[in-house]
Amino acid sequence: MSTPLASTNLAIDVQGLNKSFGDKHVVKDFSIQVPRGRITGFLGPNGSGKTTTLRMLCGLLTPDSGTGKCLGFDIVTQSDLIKLHVGYMTQKFSLYDDLTIEENLMFMARVHGLDRRQERVKDALDRLGLYERRKQLAGKLSGGWKQRMALAATTLHEPDLLLLDEPTAGVDPQARRQFWDEIHALSAAGLTVLVSTHYMDEAERCHDIAYIAYGKLMARGTANQILTKVGLVTWQGEGPGVDRLSPEIAKLPGVEAAAPFGLTLHVSGVDAQALDAALQPYRHAPFTWTRTQPTLEDAFIHLMGQSEDNYR
Amino acid sequence: MSRAVTHDSWPTRILAVLAKEFVQLTRDRLTYAMILMIPVVQLLLFGYAINNEPRHLPTAVLVQDSSAMARSTLAAFVNTQFFDITHEAGSVEELDALLRGGRVQFALTIPGDFSRRIARGEGAQILLEADATDPSATGAAVNAAAGLPAKALNHDLPGGLAARTPQSPPFEVVVHRRYNPEGITAYNIVPGLLGVILSMTLVMMTALSVTRETERGTMESLLATPAQPIEVMIGKLAPYVMVGLLQTTVILVMSSVLFQVPMAGGWDALVLGVLLFITGSLALGFLISTVARTQLQAMQMSFFYMLPSILLSGFMFPFRGMPEWAQTIGQAIPVTHFLRVVRGSLLKGEGLETLWPSHVALGIFVCIVTALAMLRYRRTLD
Ligand SMILES: Nc1ncnc2c1ncn2[C@@H]1O[C@H](COP(=O)(O)OP(=O)(O)O)[C@@H](O)[C@H]1O
Ligand SMILES: [Mg+2]
Repeated sequence: MSTPLASTNLAIDVQGLNKSFGDKHVVKDFSIQVPRGRITGFLGPNGSGKTTTLRMLCGLLTPDSGTGKCLGFDIVTQSDLIKLHVGYMTQKFSLYDDLTIEENLMFMARVHGLDRRQERVKDALDRLGLYERRKQLAGKLSGGWKQRMALAATTLHEPDLLLLDEPTAGVDPQARRQFWDEIHALSAAGLTVLVSTHYMDEAERCHDIAYIAYGKLMARGTANQILTKVGLVTWQGEGPGVDRLSPEIAKLPGVEAAAPFGLTLHVSGVDAQALDAALQPYRHAPFTWTRTQPTLEDAFIHLMGQSEDNYR
Repeated sequence: MSRAVTHDSWPTRILAVLAKEFVQLTRDRLTYAMILMIPVVQLLLFGYAINNEPRHLPTAVLVQDSSAMARSTLAAFVNTQFFDITHEAGSVEELDALLRGGRVQFALTIPGDFSRRIARGEGAQILLEADATDPSATGAAVNAAAGLPAKALNHDLPGGLAARTPQSPPFEVVVHRRYNPEGITAYNIVPGLLGVILSMTLVMMTALSVTRETERGTMESLLATPAQPIEVMIGKLAPYVMVGLLQTTVILVMSSVLFQVPMAGGWDALVLGVLLFITGSLALGFLISTVARTQLQAMQMSFFYMLPSILLSGFMFPFRGMPEWAQTIGQAIPVTHFLRVVRGSLLKGEGLETLWPSHVALGIFVCIVTALAMLRYRRTLD
């Protein structure tokens, strides 16, 4: 079949997207390519424009400028087609509180014009362990169950691309884990997933990462690629009270970030020599310092600092 | 590809929205109560005013004749129990001011030559001015006053004069209905009430049903589905058409059973008129909801629409008695045309062949409002 769907192996391919609300420039010159079949984590601090970007990708917001395709369909002119093939799960729960789980799913099945609706709804209920609760009102469910139901509703029409906006925010760790298992299962079945989050451990569960800060895409690639590209040197300090040194150390030249990790302190910078020099005064008892692998979080703190500089 | 999505599945999409709305409606007890209680309560309130013949209405008198005959005529008025003499005016101006200020319902003038004319058989007159803004309040009293001359003075008149009474009453009560020259009858109110109740509840309910989605955030999901604006609109309005028909039935049955409002026929005009009017009101509610950002705004806009619907439609004041500018506005309001249909069909038994212009007007309203709603309906969150 020669639909636009099959003509490319990029699920998302957009260039130069811009979006402002009033005089607030929320998304700036955003370009991204997302290959099919992968789970891409969309990271960034609150208010950095993740939700706005996802909404532009599925036609819920019109970009001020920029072009691009989602599943081969133009994001501005073909949003009707995009809606048929994309499953978008909103950040804020947006299904009907006064309908039961089953009624919500049936609504989605109908509104997508699906066939074998009873069967599909039952399958989805079974798959996500919702069958026992199918007669419960959505508004009465706890956060974790709501998210599962939302995922069921988003995947009911067998979309090719899932856009998940902070799907696990405010959900307990066990439910988060199950949710991610489900996402991986969907990915294994061939779906492309773009999932926004600000949990670092979730970033590591993604195949790919896109990091956005203040509306600008700052880094792109696998976790390792990003770490290599950022090229951080990180020292880990241990010893009583070391974590309390962070404000003091953070101000030193050559130090880009000093962040407490539990009782230890991570100090990072791109210039290894300058960093060494900065830490010299602290290399004495009771502190011990060891070179360590920078974590993604270190890298993101660094990237955020950079984008703040750009922002000014 | 083996997907089951088709682009021509619009009936299913409409069904989706319709079924969802319907279930939500049944879950919302308050709305349920409103749907049934508003017509019942309103009709009972108004209907009570119709059936009730208010007595002891405040009356001002200007008696320019101090004869015994004038006094006993006055007593006869009081004896009907409809008139309570609360003010005695000293001049025409004073009397007029009392009526104008709404201090009294009636102003009664017995002219200076009253008894002289009766004695000479010259056709004496009494002037009864009624504040007829509320016709249901004055109707019965005016009827009672009209029956007075035949008996009021029977025992006051000496033999020869008394013998004349059956042929021609000794005096005549001239009634001036002020502020409502058409003197709309009480029956007119019930059909009018049908229009007012339907627009009040239907406009508001649909206006709320869309803004509620925006406020609760469910609009984001709805917009992310393939449902088209017109499908959302039809699906959302359809359950409320049933609601409107239910309300209409309740009102008509109650009017007929409790208040003996005549149902003279004209069913074709009535049914089509009711359907068009319900659709128009719902479409207007939908249009409001595309403009309003919150449920509160939607509520306020619905109320704003109700004002001219009540005041300028001919429900409250006779349409032909209104100034030209008010009539022009009135023509643009669907209640105006609906009232013509309902009064024409229910009270006079007219059918489509005479009432069709009102149906055309209602149809035009439906089309314009739907088109505007589709233009205004936001397909994105921008
Ligand atoms: N509809 C809107 N109107 C005005 N400002 C908005 C709107 N949506 C988002 N914003 C602003 O745009 C910025 C980015 O928001 P968002 O895309 O939600 O970020 P994120 O999802 O990364 O937290 C925020 O500062 C937010 O206040
Ligand atoms: Mg967000």
